[in-house]
Amino acid sequence: MEIKNLERIAADIRTGVIKAIGAAGSGHPGGSLSAADIVTVLYFHEMNVDPKNPKMKNRDKFVLSKGHAAPLLYAALAKKGFFPKEDILTLRKIDSKFQGHPDSKKLPGVETSTGSLGQGFSMAVGMALAGRVDNNDGRVYALLGDGELQEGLVWEAAMSAGHYGLDNLVAIIDWNGLQIDGKNSDVMTVEPVGDKFKAFGWHVIQIDGHDYKEIIEALARARGFKGKPTAIIAKTHKGKGVSFMEDEAGWHGKAPDQDQTARAVAEIGGEW
Amino acid sequence: MADKTATRQAYGQVLIELGETYQNLIVLDADLSKSTMTADFGKTYPARFFNMGIAEQNLYGAAAGMALSGKIVCASTFAIFATGRAFEIIRNAIGYTKANVKVCATHAGITVGEDGASHQTFEDIALMRTIPGMTVINPSDDFSTRELMRQVCAFEGPAYVRLGRAAVPSVYSGKDEIKLGKGNLLKKGTHGTIIATGIMVNEALEAASELTGQGVDVRVIDMHTIKPLDEDIVIAAAKETGFIVTAEEHSIIGGLGSAVAEVVVKNYPVRMAFVGQNDTYGESGKPDELKIKYKMTAKDIVDAVNKLK
Repeated sequence: MEIKNLERIAADIRTGVIKAIGAAGSGHPGGSLSAADIVTVLYFHEMNVDPKNPKMKNRDKFVLSKGHAAPLLYAALAKKGFFPKEDILTLRKIDSKFQGHPDSKKLPGVETSTGSLGQGFSMAVGMALAGRVDNNDGRVYALLGDGELQEGLVWEAAMSAGHYGLDNLVAIIDWNGLQIDGKNSDVMTVEPVGDKFKAFGWHVIQIDGHDYKEIIEALARARGFKGKPTAIIAKTHKGKGVSFMEDEAGWHGKAPDQDQTARAVAEIGGEW
Repeated sequence: MADKTATRQAYGQVLIELGETYQNLIVLDADLSKSTMTADFGKTYPARFFNMGIAEQNLYGAAAGMALSGKIVCASTFAIFATGRAFEIIRNAIGYTKANVKVCATHAGITVGEDGASHQTFEDIALMRTIPGMTVINPSDDFSTRELMRQVCAFEGPAYVRLGRAAVPSVYSGKDEIKLGKGNLLKKGTHGTIIATGIMVNEALEAASELTGQGVDVRVIDMHTIKPLDEDIVIAAAKETGFIVTAEEHSIIGGLGSAVAEVVVKNYPVRMAFVGQNDTYGESGKPDELKIKYKMTAKDIVDAVNKLK
């Protein structure tokens, strides 16, 4: 798909994210917006998924290890056709399928339940290992936050993926530099991220996580790389696309009010 | 009594059979395969065995991922590390997703022996039974371990199977019927009931025969399935025998005793006593010495019965 079209889809997805969180009155806009371009490329360019056949055997699997970006996953799946777009506006409400963090039992296309950091990545390793046992050519993509890298489980999982040389697994790090309490570098240093993954036996690519050409190329390089899992470290901006949210840790877990929602939607210029 | 076998040995044996029955059975371990007895499965089915290293959180996270990809996964380590260290992964990645993972943990309880308190868990049954949808099993001998493992692998969903390190006498002859979710009546009796699980079932039988000699005729039930608990057999025991003593190689807080008490209090309150680890850590020693010191023997069950009768 042409980059222009992908950009248009991402604008729609960002609009869905803002509208859903605005309607919910709570949620995580910052980290949903920072990874929106990556997730758009995954669902609309890279991955083999079929909304009409969500359990297709050789499908590619996306695991949102940073489960708090649930609105992003919901918007991408809705845009792809897994469920009606208006449904995601029930986000976080009682009896909604659109839980604050994804529940795979409630929604098609959600490969597993996440929210407790590090666990999605570990489950993605298991999925990649199972795929190898079955000679299944489907690939597994896990999206992690940079703050999430502070979880010990992430490195247990990274070690095992390196040990088993899971080249059907890609970890994408949404490196927006911010977490709830502030900058990663102030809260708990995670750098040098690339060197850490290299040390655990990974193939590492560093990109600008908002540059479509770079995202597309990195995913293609990962597909072609044999013998090691690939970590794509994507430099991003928290709140990307909404000027008053960009690079502000305060927008990690805060919903925009009605006025802010309207301003954000106007600024993004997408449709939902 | 027949030969002694550790339940972990029976587990290792039945895995080989289950690997043949279920071509989608995967076994994972965390650098303890020679102790948990999964190593033989690894030798027999090398393509379906993965050592995840000393990393129990990832052991259970990866197990969940494999199960969500259509595998039956038996993931083993010591009970303390499985249910303690990896608790939240088991809750969120396995329980919440209803993943088909069997947490088969060995070296539970005081009979770990010489390794001491850091390795002796008395909290695992309590932890596992609080997870919604988790089946919790504690077999008493080799035969029931094999039977229950077959049944555990036959249903889709998470289960916790608690296994021991030490060799224990056989409780069952090999012809008995064992049904997941159903307590086994091992001895009839009307003066009171002993409900036991795991290695304490054998102690309960010894206690019952000692009590028979004293003119006290107690009922003995093997409650190998702690969740879902066989409520009918508990309520019948309360109504028909008047008091219940529970016996487990686990803390008296939150385990079998608590599970039975929850049913008794709600349906037919009778007096109860609880034989188990009495809210304290263990220590190093021989299993038999530790059972005596921490009051988990037939004699302790006899004393509990005599106080209630």
